[in-house]
Amino acid sequence: MDTKERLKIKKHVMQCQPPEVRSSNFKEVPYGYTAEEAVEEAKRCIQCKRPYCIEGCPVYINIPAFIKLIEEGDFLGAAKKIKETNSLPAVCGRVCPQEDQCEKVCTVGKRKDTPSVAIGNLERFAADYEAKYGDIHIEINQKKDKKVAVVGGGPAGLTVAGDLCKMGYQVSIYEALHEIGGVLMYGIPEFRLPKEILSRELKVLEDMGVNVFTNEVIGKTFNVDELLNERGYGAVFIGTGAGTPKFLNIPGEELNGIYSANEFLTRVNLMRAYNKSEYDTPIKCGKTLVVFGAGNTAMDAVRTALRLGYQDSRIFYRRSRNEMTARIEEVYHAEEEGVKFEFLINPIRFIGDENHNVTAVECERMELGEPDESGRRRPIPVKGSEFIAKIDAAVIAIGTNVNPIVPSSTPGLNLNKWGYITADENTGKTSKKGVFAGGDIVTGAATVILAMGAGKKAAVAIDKYLETGIW
Amino acid sequence: MYQIIGKKNLGEGINLYNISAPDIALKALPGQFIILRVNKNGERIPITIANSDKKDKTITILVQTLGKTTHLLSELNVGESLADLVGPLGVPTEIKKFGTVVCIGGGFGTAVIYPIAKAMKAEGNRVISIIGARSKELLLMEDEMKTASSEVLVATNDGSCGTKGIVTDVLRNLIYDKKIQIDRVIAVGPVIMMKAVSDLTKEKSIKTIVSLNPIMIDGTGMCGACRVLVGNKTKFACVDGPDFDGHLVDFDNLMNRLKFYKEEEKTSYDCHMKAHHNLTA
Repeated sequence: MDTKERLKIKKHVMQCQPPEVRSSNFKEVPYGYTAEEAVEEAKRCIQCKRPYCIEGCPVYINIPAFIKLIEEGDFLGAAKKIKETNSLPAVCGRVCPQEDQCEKVCTVGKRKDTPSVAIGNLERFAADYEAKYGDIHIEINQKKDKKVAVVGGGPAGLTVAGDLCKMGYQVSIYEALHEIGGVLMYGIPEFRLPKEILSRELKVLEDMGVNVFTNEVIGKTFNVDELLNERGYGAVFIGTGAGTPKFLNIPGEELNGIYSANEFLTRVNLMRAYNKSEYDTPIKCGKTLVVFGAGNTAMDAVRTALRLGYQDSRIFYRRSRNEMTARIEEVYHAEEEGVKFEFLINPIRFIGDENHNVTAVECERMELGEPDESGRRRPIPVKGSEFIAKIDAAVIAIGTNVNPIVPSSTPGLNLNKWGYITADENTGKTSKKGVFAGGDIVTGAATVILAMGAGKKAAVAIDKYLETGIW
Repeated sequence: MYQIIGKKNLGEGINLYNISAPDIALKALPGQFIILRVNKNGERIPITIANSDKKDKTITILVQTLGKTTHLLSELNVGESLADLVGPLGVPTEIKKFGTVVCIGGGFGTAVIYPIAKAMKAEGNRVISIIGARSKELLLMEDEMKTASSEVLVATNDGSCGTKGIVTDVLRNLIYDKKIQIDRVIAVGPVIMMKAVSDLTKEKSIKTIVSLNPIMIDGTGMCGACRVLVGNKTKFACVDGPDFDGHLVDFDNLMNRLKFYKEEEKTSYDCHMKAHHNLTA
């Protein structure tokens, strides 16, 4: 097939549960490709001589190669190709913002009338196919006698652990919660990333030989120095994630029914509060819930609220639609499901009843002024525009501050002015010998795949350090 | 992992558990807490550590049966294990030489104040402990408290032991009648008791530390469920506390936040107990 013919094939859109059905269940939204759809979509890849897509991928998946294998019908081969560089393909195929990475630079997509190859969908297809029909044996290098401790079992830590394990190191993950996965487990909802699929990819890591210690809070149960000096780890990687939730700091925020996005999502995801008949952690339900914020976490929270039974689930955002940081796909899905978006609204205070439960929020309208330091136009209050909206619950999804537990218990670790760990961008090296860091604890809240990319670089640097002893 | 090594019923549905937890036992300091799950579908509940034994590698906790989770816990016997146990969490109680320290334990708060009193005494303080309960039979750890303190004063609601009344009556007597110079008060117990103690000591500006017990999930600063108002600022009890200056704590807010899931807790408990009775019948 020549390029011209390839470019004629229409992009295969992944079929989804109808919005009116999925808005009341927690099952995954897209169904995934059939084998025929995957092969047809794979044909759209023109196998560029210089594949920009690989450069666009933080974990450097050999994208044209795995797509070619799909086209040839070798789906297990495709999965194996992806797994050479990415330990979590079923996760990444679902939660990566491909439109900002591989698919953004896809040569096909750069043409006026042909959309990018659906790389993410194809990755997901290969990973799911392998889970169903295959059992890929992952090559592990000869065991080394050196040990590495990974602090935090989220995307960054899992990547470091997987890569170093493949190189032959003895790797242990120390996880504070009772399950590993980090934000993939507590933050991203079932309908975007089914926990069964996540657990399967996590199990592959454990089967490879990664030791997992849950319920260990580094900085409390042990500290980093003890890992290095008493427990025999040659290097420590810190990937403890984003941290403590930010609040609005307005009156009434302590009322019952006001949650941080982390709390709301943790109750539902990690603790499975949506499954009342089997799990004990409670969550309330009512009619109206407002989420403040417009990032991916806000979308996850508002779509979760809808599924819990809050018929009137809304986003209130102080800027306008153009400044939203959530993925377009997430916003689109949310709107399809019936989430209402209201822009240029800023909360001033929450109002509660005699039982201390929130019943309303007073807001003011905003207008956009000159750009601020983020380059986005700064919202300015409109005088006399105050109004009161009745609500049963509110979720604050405006970001996080650094979690102090590891930084404050690790002497010799340099921090930036916000308290995040200072680490070299290319190696993850911190100011403390033998200690590497990556993911949100270095960058502040970012994406799963960027954390994985940082983990990948750190794994290479840790290997080099342990081989040479040179810091 | 997390095996129950010892269990003792102390009456009123209160059980004492010794749990094998080598890593936690080695690190735990007075005032810190753990989070546990009884089973794989259970909720995470925070409980203050009453004692830790580095030699036996165990920790001691006291838990009153109030709902489904605590009932499930009460059903566990020696030799059985918890699903999860994590700690020691929170900032330890500030222990140093203050002079005269009054340690107040209400109800099973006494179990938590015990290691604090012991540490304060070891630091060279004169420790006056006040422990309270509804009646003599329900008084906890009186003997242990005697060894951990310079002096132990008791208050019981029915007057069956010590002063008839509540711990604040005894404290008021120390401050106003005996005119004892108190350098610091530490109070652990029901929220209403910690509030009453703080109100009383505020009159004389006696620095008072209380240990707060809000609803928590992760216990590591991630979720913000445990936020409390201290000096009108939002603090996370799990990482900033659980100890706070009692004169700055908004206790009413804490009490209100603790009530949020009462209905769900009751439904869950009733449903669980019904199934439990059917099973045993």
